[in-house]
Order: sequence, then C-alpha cells, then structure tokens
Amino acid sequence: MAREQHDYDDIPGTFVFDQERSRQGYGINMFCMSLMADENRKAFKANEAEYLKKFNLTPEQTDAVLKRDYNRMLELGGNIYFTAKLGATDGHSFRHLAAVMTGSTQEHYASMMLAGGRSVEGNRSRSGKFDKPGRVAARPAKKASTPKARKGKAAKPKAKTRAKKSKK
Amino acid sequence: MARIIAGVASSHVPPLGAAIDNKQTEEPYWKRVFSGFEKSKEWMRQTRPDVCIVVYNDHASAFSVEIVPTFALGCAAEFPPADEGWGPRPVPVVKGHPQLAAHIAQSVILDEFDITVVNKMTVDHGLTVPMNLLFGSPNEWPCPVIPLAVNVVLYPPPTGHRCFMLGRAIRKAVEAYPEDLRVVVFGTGGMSHQISGPRAGLINSKFDKAFLDNLTKDPQKLARIPHLEYMREAGAEGIEMVMWLIMRGALDDKVDETYRFYTVPASNTAVGHIILENRAKGAKATGKRKAAAPKLKRAAARAKVHRIHS
Repeated sequence: MAREQHDYDDIPGTFVFDQERSRQGYGINMFCMSLMADENRKAFKANEAEYLKKFNLTPEQTDAVLKRDYNRMLELGGNIYFTAKLGATDGHSFRHLAAVMTGSTQEHYASMMLAGGRSVEGNRSRSGKFDKPGRVAARPAKKASTPKARKGKAAKPKAKTRAKKSKK
Repeated sequence: MARIIAGVASSHVPPLGAAIDNKQTEEPYWKRVFSGFEKSKEWMRQTRPDVCIVVYNDHASAFSVEIVPTFALGCAAEFPPADEGWGPRPVPVVKGHPQLAAHIAQSVILDEFDITVVNKMTVDHGLTVPMNLLFGSPNEWPCPVIPLAVNVVLYPPPTGHRCFMLGRAIRKAVEAYPEDLRVVVFGTGGMSHQISGPRAGLINSKFDKAFLDNLTKDPQKLARIPHLEYMREAGAEGIEMVMWLIMRGALDDKVDETYRFYTVPASNTAVGHIILENRAKGAKATGKRKAAAPKLKRAAARAKVHRIHS
C-alpha cells in the first residue's frame, strides 16, 4: 500500500518521523541504537552488510545505510536522532551529516547558519499554497511590545515573500 | 503549601553541553550564547528554588523506539547522566524528589493525564544543558529535580493545548502538596530549528520572537498552534516548543517577564530563553520588589486611561 498522504508532506525537504515511518523504520532505528555499544560498533565496521542482517531491513533500507544516504534513511523510516549515531560511528560531526542531507559543504552550511540560517521564505510549501506565514504565531500578541515593532512585523513579511518569489 | 514561583524556558542545544564540557565557553562563537545566561544564573542564585520540575525531551538516549511514552514523569531518587555516544557528560547525578513526584503522578492521573511513571531513567543533554545554563557547573546540583520527559521525536507529539493543560494540572498538584516548597518549572527545547533532511538549517526568528511575546502575554493563542504550523514555520524539530507550554500552563495566567535572551545560531538552532515570574503572593523580598513595579505601572496606566475616557 502506498504511503498515506498527510498535510505535512507539503513541507519541502522534510521527512516527518510519523507513526507509519516509525513502523517501517524500526529496524533502521534499532540498528542505529545498537551502535551505542562499542563492541557493536566494531562488529558493524568489520562487516557492515553481515551486521545489518540482524535487523530485518528491507533491501532499500540496507542499501541506504551502506551508502550513507541519510535522506533516504529518513524517508524509509529512520529518525535523525538515531541516524546521527551512525554518523558518529563513522567519526563524523553533525555538521557533516547536515552538509550531506542538504547537498552542501560543511563550510557553506556553517556560513549559512552564521548568517541566520535557512530562511523560511520560499521553504514553506511544495505546492505553493502555503507560502504565507501561519495565522497564529506569526503575529505579535495584541498588547505586544512597542508600536515600532508592531509596524515592522506587519509590513515586512509580504515584501519578503514577494522578493523571494521574484528571484525564483 | 508548595507553590510554583517561576518558569524558565531555554533551548537545549547539545553543542552547548560540549562547549561547557570542553571548556570552550569563552571562545567568541560560544561566548555570544553563554553571556546571555549570566543574568539568568544570577537570578537563579537569588531565587534558590527548593525543587525544579524540568520538562524536556529524550533524544534516543533513555528511550529508543521500543517504548515511546508521551509524558514520562521521573519518580526516582536519582537520574544519572546518559551516555549519548561519547560517554556520559561530566555533570552531577540529578537528584530527584520522589515524594513530590509521586504526589504529582497521583494527582495528574486523576485529572485525566495518563502519564507514565518512570522509576529508572538516565537523562541526556535535553535536561542537563538547561541545568548548566541556569545553575552553571557546580559539583552538586543545588536542588532536587523532577524530570518530565515529553515525546517530541515520534509524530505526533502531544498538542500544545494538551501540554498547556498538563501544566495546569501540575500546578494544581503542586499547590496541594503540604510541604512548603518553592518550585520552578523549566520548559526546554526549541526554538526554531530543523536538523533533518534537505531543509535542515531552517531558522525563523520572526516566529520565535512572536512566540516569546505571546508566551508572556497570550499563551492561550500559542496553545492553539497546530503541529503543522510549528513544523512548517519553525522547522521539523522546532515542534519541541510545545514543551514550553507545559511550563507556561503551570504558571498563573498573568506573569511578569523578568528576562529574555535570543540569539542565532548555536550550531543548528536558534537559542531562546525567557524567565517568567508569578506575581508575588508572599514571595521572597527580592521577588516582591520586582513584581511590585509593573503592578504600579499598570495601576497608573489604568488611571490614565480612565481619565481620558471620562
């Protein structure tokens, strides 16, 4: 059966670790969890494919693990807190994983973060139906802060969205 | 009687723990973050709570995917730091308050919050990093801690509204505890961040700042934010912010914002921090004075408005 569609599947570049993925990825996550023990890390490193047999992974999942395809692992039910343990077993920092998942370099990723991170503008919606900020939290509280702050918040979002769209 | 005197919210970014453990807090990148907590540590030294309830989430440390409790209340006498793959953090063992924890469990379950009672649990950076940020790095933590682990890893986490209402149930439980204890509640995690998938690195300061504003002024509004909005606006892992609503629900409806700090980034995450105090009802002298000033201002403001309209 094909994966049931959810409202959050519209968020780009995101694999929500939901109940279905948890069911599907139980083996991947338990494999990653096993890497918390040093003897298991050694056994895995000695023969990766053989070690993975213990965890009943599908051929696609095994392939994703062996190739260190972190996005594919997430898509097939891995969770980032678990797959990060595989990264650590390989001696990689989290920044390495972030660079791999975002198709970037560690340097570029780090400088993006220093510059304030990835903007939400243009990154809200695959379908484009939800390109505006959400209703509830994007607005300041009724009695919020100074009039200056309020003015800024009301005026900026639209302008920014337009600017991003025109770039694309 | 026990009572909740204040709430603290703070991000729990793991590299902050690593920076503390590796003594890198004076390096410029990290100093920018840690300097924002200097006043908070001073506030905590003065406030000296008898117990802290720390709402946090486990990151595949104490709980794998074998058992995923939505709300797990730590009722043990102590909680050792977890080995997150690099050996346990060199922080003191967290001492619990089993009696108050048992009292809270009994009370909130009868209030229809079917929490899981946990009598054996390690605690990871989700709990110990905010402890460091507020208490520094002492040889022993200065007060007992009741950990409340919330599932925000496996979707769906509890709704913001459910979290807010659990906070209220915790407040009711604490207020019915016969011993005279002053309790501070921590909400941890957040703020905006995504660490998974091609959209990793997402930060939304606008969302975060509005969240901080509303946390003080209109938490009911925050309690209505659907999960989809957290994930879309604040990143897949930004959904951790529902935990802040447990802290907020445990406070009075009207609170005073004592302190706020926000910076981007710490590693992959926007760091947000806020201290909210209940308005003094026979609180310590320092607390009283702080709370009195805004009260006077409000009274003055009311008087002014009244004059204009009459």
